[in-house]
Amino acid sequence: MELFELTIHELHEKLKRKEVSSVEAARAVLARIEAVEPQVHAFITVTAKEALQDAAAADKRIAAGDVDLLTGIPIALKDIFLTRGVRTTCASRILENFIPPYDGTCVAKLRERGMVLVGKLNQDEFAMGSSTESSHFGVTRNPWHTDYIPGGSSGGSAAAIAAQQATATLGTDTGGSIRQPASHCGCVGLKPTYGRVSRYGVIAYASSLDQVGPVTRDVTDCAILLEAVAGYDPKDSTSVNLPVPDYVRGLANGVKGLKIGLPKEYFIAGLDPEVKKAVEAAIATYRSLGAEFVEISLPHTDYAVATYYLIATAEASSNLARYDGVRYGHRSAEAKGLVEMYAKTRAEGFGMEVKRRIMLGTYALSSGYYDAYYIKAQKVRTLIMHDFLKAFEQVDLLLTPVAPTPAFKIGEKTSDPLQMYLSDIFTIPVNLAGTCGISVPAGISQQGLPIGMQLIGKPFGEETILRAAYAFEQATEWHRQKAKI
Amino acid sequence: MSSKYQVVIGLEVHVQLLTDTKIFCGCSTKFGAVPNSQSCPVCLGLPGALPVLNRKVVEFAIRAGLATNCQIAQRSVFARKNYFYPDLPKGYQISQFELPICLGGHLDIEAEGGTKRIGITRIHMEEDAGKLVHVDIPGVGDDSCVDLNRACTPLLEIVSEPDMRSPDEAIAYLKKLHQIVVYLGICDGNLEEGSFRCDANVSLMPKGSAKLGTRAELKNINSFRFIKQAIEYEMERQAEILDEGGKVIQETRLFDPNAGTTRSMRGKEEAHDYRYFPDPDLVPLVVSDDWVEDVRLSLPELPEMKRQRFAKELGLSDYDTEVLTASRELADYFEASLALYPQAKIVANWVMGEVTRALNEENRAISDCPVTPKLLAALLQLIEQGTISGKIAKTVFDEMYKTGHEPARIVEEKGLLQVSDSGAIEQIIDQVLAAEAGQVAAYRSGKDKLFGFFVGQVMKASKGKANPALVNEILLKKLNG
Repeated sequence: MELFELTIHELHEKLKRKEVSSVEAARAVLARIEAVEPQVHAFITVTAKEALQDAAAADKRIAAGDVDLLTGIPIALKDIFLTRGVRTTCASRILENFIPPYDGTCVAKLRERGMVLVGKLNQDEFAMGSSTESSHFGVTRNPWHTDYIPGGSSGGSAAAIAAQQATATLGTDTGGSIRQPASHCGCVGLKPTYGRVSRYGVIAYASSLDQVGPVTRDVTDCAILLEAVAGYDPKDSTSVNLPVPDYVRGLANGVKGLKIGLPKEYFIAGLDPEVKKAVEAAIATYRSLGAEFVEISLPHTDYAVATYYLIATAEASSNLARYDGVRYGHRSAEAKGLVEMYAKTRAEGFGMEVKRRIMLGTYALSSGYYDAYYIKAQKVRTLIMHDFLKAFEQVDLLLTPVAPTPAFKIGEKTSDPLQMYLSDIFTIPVNLAGTCGISVPAGISQQGLPIGMQLIGKPFGEETILRAAYAFEQATEWHRQKAKI
Repeated sequence: MSSKYQVVIGLEVHVQLLTDTKIFCGCSTKFGAVPNSQSCPVCLGLPGALPVLNRKVVEFAIRAGLATNCQIAQRSVFARKNYFYPDLPKGYQISQFELPICLGGHLDIEAEGGTKRIGITRIHMEEDAGKLVHVDIPGVGDDSCVDLNRACTPLLEIVSEPDMRSPDEAIAYLKKLHQIVVYLGICDGNLEEGSFRCDANVSLMPKGSAKLGTRAELKNINSFRFIKQAIEYEMERQAEILDEGGKVIQETRLFDPNAGTTRSMRGKEEAHDYRYFPDPDLVPLVVSDDWVEDVRLSLPELPEMKRQRFAKELGLSDYDTEVLTASRELADYFEASLALYPQAKIVANWVMGEVTRALNEENRAISDCPVTPKLLAALLQLIEQGTISGKIAKTVFDEMYKTGHEPARIVEEKGLLQVSDSGAIEQIIDQVLAAEAGQVAAYRSGKDKLFGFFVGQVMKASKGKANPALVNEILLKKLNG
């Protein structure tokens, strides 16, 4: 096995036993990036120089016997995470040359533990999209089949894992942006409960929905990385002050006796037959492992996408107001006067999808429309949340598809935003409810594209879904399948 | 203004809070630092930065609410007020909108015809914006720069009901509010530096009507004098419009202190749609009953209560109590002096007289008065003991004010000791009477009023040091004898 193919835990063993050095691992990953990047384009910025410095520092730590699970591990981050001294663009022209003066909390935690940062990953502009086609820096391609999208918005995070351009990556998930690309690229991707991971230093799209989470090769890595970034942060008032469990230790507890709910609203007519088949097979696997299934109902599911596109865009319209050309980022060179400077800067700096969402959100918050749109959406959000809480009175977790179809072709939905929005139909409700969900490889289509299944947990029930995901992984071979690139 | 109309005034006051750090980050709030030196990712509005509420601000808001008889909301919510301006780093201001921290209070003011109650609609917390600085850069020309030191400093907005019916009532309310926030120690009360800013909503209605007229909002008023000027100008302007059969339009008007006029800033059509919505970066603020009680117990004695106590316990007049409680520092000075020299009326007279006069001459604050309560009490004791006369005491006071020395030392160094030696005084009197033989004759023929003249002459001859009681006694004996 090549060094770049290893999981965190595998590479950690080799580093600990001094079979390889962190510099060797970093070199292998950087070489792999160079080799496949022309086909995949998962990165916006590759930080080769910094990576080798990080790796040398990690080797010193290892030599001194100070080996953490993440020490010397090559990690790449979605370009939404602020990294001190390393350009952070959020895939937007408006931040094309923005170099942050500070590290966000997650980044600081990973640096502390000795990660080797290999680069910043492509995504949809400001995390708005489901295909990584809205990036100012060009499209990322699905390593399994380069005519196809990798999913989004954390498409770079998933593609880099599938193409073995990083050992592990972090993404963010506002309406499915970790789980959907993980599903499309055959990785494990987890969206934690809202408040589990600090949002400080993560560029905001929709503040009440955004969460940071890992995209990894397997469930163990996912548990390791979640444990590294989770926890209360005094700098984020919405982070929750609850102890972080030892996720890795709980993995092997099995699913015997677990009650898994199947929400009937998620098994609809439009579901792709291959996706349906993969999910049914997963149900059978779990049955054989001793889990119990119950059909449940999430009656407000139909309203989730509409609700999401009011709340997320309303928050985004306000969150993105700071990109005004005054203090940092792009400023139009042509404008005369203040108002024109604002207008041209933002017209030039933002792409189509971002503008569309700013306009939608501005409209939803406008005087005279606020009650009919924003307030109503908040009420529906509460109903959706109650749907989940009610379901969790009966069951320990839910099993659903991640996306209605495997990855679609590049360009297929760019002209039809509504179709694009519907690809997040099974992931959005989890964000609205504020709970956690994980995408795990569960099949491969005839086209050769991966299919994931989603496990949804109770609020702060990450341990349970990780444990169920691990049991499935142990019982199947899907995670061993690799993109042929 | 024509007497046909009744003016209706409501006030919105912005109070800058005296916290050490900003409302949503740890940056210093100190005034006058190098531009942008007191800033961080949060108050610069950098991507990814998040606000964290300063608890001290909440405590100060509770103080203000309790002192103005408000209900303290158990749950209040921060909201974003969205608009673009270069001094507003995030493109929105974090404020409170639908659910503010304080609701439904009032203040009683002294108005024509007695005490009047002015309702307080609400008090909410918010962050201030930065400042635009217009500069002339060599080689570039006129340009605007942004200083974000002030961005994110904490403000309270205190909104009154439209309960005031004259500019004087508006001023009485503002002065009262000003006094309270300064007493509470939550604001330095500096109007010029903008620590206490006022917007006035002014409208006219026909006398006897119950239906409010259309209002104009007056901005940029930064002194009590200007408030009166601005409101009076606005009353005239609106009356003229109404007299001509016109309609006042709802608009925001800027007060021009140089011209003493107001001019239109933006009309209703141009009014911003601020698109307020709850800030998803901050959780709802929950204030427990215990917290409110703790703050209530820690409240200082407010001017109203102090006045009542001074009147009741010390027997001081209304005038005296009002002057002495004008500021917390003055009242503290008075009480500290009184503790060392427990004669209320005498101490009050000195504090309101010499002390205030000397401070006013230099525009100095009572807190750095060189004559400390201890020195003042020592001086008053010297008078009581007959060591110096009341007149000489004023000279000694001026010297103390200049040097900060003990009064006894000054009396000794300057030879100001009172002469109580009857032999010495007799000698001076004899000289005076000899020199003024004509006046002595006039006195003796019945012009009693001349007695004061002789006292004056004797005091003058003694350079003010003669004991006045002895002078009176001996003089009377000599003249009548």
